[in-house]
Amino acid sequence: MSIGHALLGLLETGPRHGYDLKRVYDERFGHDRPLAYGQVYSTLSRLLRNGLVEERGVEAGGGPERKRYAITDAGVTDVSEWLVTPENPQIYLQSALYTKVVLALMSDRDAEEVLDAQRSAHLASMRELTARKRAGDLTDQLICDHALFHLEADLRWLELTAARLADLAKQVTG
Amino acid sequence: MSEVLLSGTNLGKAFGRTAALDGASMLVHDNEIVAILGPSGSGKSTLLHCLAGIVAPDSGTVAFRGRELGRMTDKERSALRRTEFGFVFQFGQLVPELSCVENVALPLRLGGMRRKDAEVKAKEWMDRIEVGHLLDKRPGEVSGGQSQRVAVARALVTGPKVVFADEPTGALDSFNGEQVMRLLVDTARDTGASIVLVTHEARVAAYSDREVVVRDGKTRQVALAH
Ligand SMILES: Nc1ncnc2c1ncn2[C@@H]1O[C@H](COP(=O)(O)OP(=O)(O)OP(=O)(O)O)[C@@H](O)[C@H]1O
Ligand SMILES: [Mg+2]
Repeated sequence: MSIGHALLGLLETGPRHGYDLKRVYDERFGHDRPLAYGQVYSTLSRLLRNGLVEERGVEAGGGPERKRYAITDAGVTDVSEWLVTPENPQIYLQSALYTKVVLALMSDRDAEEVLDAQRSAHLASMRELTARKRAGDLTDQLICDHALFHLEADLRWLELTAARLADLAKQVTG
Repeated sequence: MSEVLLSGTNLGKAFGRTAALDGASMLVHDNEIVAILGPSGSGKSTLLHCLAGIVAPDSGTVAFRGRELGRMTDKERSALRRTEFGFVFQFGQLVPELSCVENVALPLRLGGMRRKDAEVKAKEWMDRIEVGHLLDKRPGEVSGGQSQRVAVARALVTGPKVVFADEPTGALDSFNGEQVMRLLVDTARDTGASIVLVTHEARVAAYSDREVVVRDGKTRQVALAH
């Protein structure tokens, strides 16, 4: 997640002070991880250096918290490009679980147990997310749904692996 | 843990030479939602049918509140199904010749309730499940999601203790599937019914309290990692 781009995007609705930008970001996107002030100001100074934002109406005595920032034309172009650039698909589960399954098969352990444990842990997280989603507002629902679909995809891969364990065992031990 | 409502112990069932169940066991407690998961052909539906008294197992026992289904007469078993059990399937469960409200009223009519009373009660449930505007429509005139909600109303109208749901969202898109699950789970929680839910979708299973995994006709005992 590119915080710089998200802040730029928020500046498209109008110039803001750094603290205001942090507040809006946290409200909209920061559910699990609010931004640190230091992160906001270091990001803004980088955007400033790169000509993607400019300072507006600096008040007297101007420390960083007194400045208002506005997006530049170059900033708008940058946001547009970022929005249509797809995110890297993450494949964090696959490598770890694949390693475990192969090692279990190689050592003649019960590989299904590895998969069962993972399924049960995944479902436990999915239950928590479902409960959170049902208690929350639309934003919570969308955020939780995204996580739920990802966990579900992991589980589909897990079930497919379970169905192929016998073949995999042959390959690994053969 | 609350009381055991329904139990299947060491169930075996063969269709010809296919062993659909081969030593499957599971419990359903009062007011509990249990998901049955497993690959296609593993025996999930057969397990659900045995628990619901629709299919008689070749071996093992099913008991509802400690009463063995296998020791009941056919008449007792169908009375049990009509009064204590509700059913939701993937599709094709509404009677096409009847209007939606008549479909929902059907289980009450079969239990001997007068038409007018049955339809008043059916309407209440349809309002609650947010399909009160479809009373006089035929099943062929409503969408898949609406028809599934009508089916949920029909499953709950008799105030069952257990709702058996076999892929209730299987024919729906994610959005409608979620809505059906929400309504099913919310109303079951309100009325104190338990749910036995067969599904291959993890997001749907996430509405359950607990899962039972079936593989090759056997229920797997999963060590709890949490
Ligand atoms: N009425 C029947 N006659 C013959 N074979 C049957 C019958 N019902 C089930 N089977 C067989 O028993 C096995 C288990 O079937 P079951 O329907 O319980 O699986 P399932 O887990 O529900 O699968 P799915 O996810 O595809 O619905 C399968 O091999 C199936 O072909
Ligand atoms: Mg089935």
